[in-house]
Amino acid sequence: MREKTEKCVVTFRTTTGAMAMERLCHAGGLPGRLIPVPRTITAGCGMCWAAPPGSREALEKLVMREHLDVDGIYAIIL
Amino acid sequence: MIYLDNAATTRPKPPAVAEAVAAAMAHYGNCGRGVHDDALAAARSVYAVREQLAGLFGCPRADHVAFTMNSTMALNIAVSGLLGSGDHVISTDLEHNSVLRPLYRLRQQGGAVDFVPAGGDGAIDYGDFEKLLRPNTRAVVCTHGSNLTGDLVDIGRVGAFCHAHGLLFILDASQTAGVFPIDMESQHIDVVCFTGHKSLLGPQGTGGLCVREGVDIRPFAVGGTGVQSYSETQPEDWPTRLEAGTLNSHGLAGLGAALDFIKATGMDVIRAHETALSRRFYEAVRELPGVTVYGDFTAPERAPIVTLNIAGLDSAEVSDELAERFGIATRPGAHCAPRLHRALGTTEQGAVRFSWSYFNTEAETDTAADAVRVLAEEAR
Repeated sequence: MREKTEKCVVTFRTTTGAMAMERLCHAGGLPGRLIPVPRTITAGCGMCWAAPPGSREALEKLVMREHLDVDGIYAIIL
Repeated sequence: MIYLDNAATTRPKPPAVAEAVAAAMAHYGNCGRGVHDDALAAARSVYAVREQLAGLFGCPRADHVAFTMNSTMALNIAVSGLLGSGDHVISTDLEHNSVLRPLYRLRQQGGAVDFVPAGGDGAIDYGDFEKLLRPNTRAVVCTHGSNLTGDLVDIGRVGAFCHAHGLLFILDASQTAGVFPIDMESQHIDVVCFTGHKSLLGPQGTGGLCVREGVDIRPFAVGGTGVQSYSETQPEDWPTRLEAGTLNSHGLAGLGAALDFIKATGMDVIRAHETALSRRFYEAVRELPGVTVYGDFTAPERAPIVTLNIAGLDSAEVSDELAERFGIATRPGAHCAPRLHRALGTTEQGAVRFSWSYFNTEAETDTAADAVRVLAEEAR
């Protein structure tokens, strides 16, 4: 298995919310990718956005600015 | 076959539509059911189509575009999810059964419905909306364009009426989406119900509803959503609240390609072409002896439909003769529009509907007009 490192993880309530997040992150040049939600997190949608921990502030700003439909933002080891 | 039955479903589609469907069938996983590349490809494609449609209808939120099989399903969801016992609704005599039957069912469930009447010429009087208003009126549900005559409803005017009286405006855009401008904001539309396979040039089995934020339609079907799996109730989040079960991502990929075609070609260009052909046909047949054309051709804009009868001939007989003898596809009969047929006095005879798309030509149109001329002369 891959070596685990800390990640900033954004979860969503719907697939559509995850798609909007991915679209906006790509457009804004923010790092990360969609992955299955790990069992340590309870989330509505089965996919989450996993990004380097240093991008948390930028992701939070994006979520606020675009009124994205997120369930939560976490710092976890993945 | 000269295909002039585009109001039933457009044919052919732009080639890119079938190509997109085939590519989706070869590569897509299930949208929202997994996070591998193939599932994400489907989810991204579906989301992109939501964005396209939100842009088309002036809806600020792509997540408020929910997909269904067709316009009928969308209208059922909107009517049953927003209205109930004790509510009064205003509609019109121009409606298709996709509007009428959900409203008749609402009436059986304790709701009340009034219809703005159409005259013998098929026209409605907009002053009648005001006359039908009651204290418990909650919504106007109406078509943008009659599938029988092609006459348009001034939806800006209806939207302004709804806005002034605090009513919901549920629009049936089956015959007009993609060809005539629709803007939810400026026209005060709360729900746009659309089908993908008519003027949007997409595959059958695609459609949906575009909903104003804050208009929280109750879920219709409940079931698998790929999200919130441990909840015993349908998620309330948009658009999942209205989307139970696997989406038709293959068909929606085709619809996305159709929307790309419309954008690249230009809605105005498409409309001008279709209007020119239907007007050309109308001018060629309107004064033929024994021919009766229905609808208002003095209006500056109308859907590309010309519906007619020849003397007292059964419309089914005429349509069959057009198909078998002249190779021209039309639709006869009632067209699922019973109230308008009663207004026009054509319940027994039905009517023969000719309808155009962007892919029809002047030569096809002239051939169809010549065929009507021949049949009219033979009927004398």
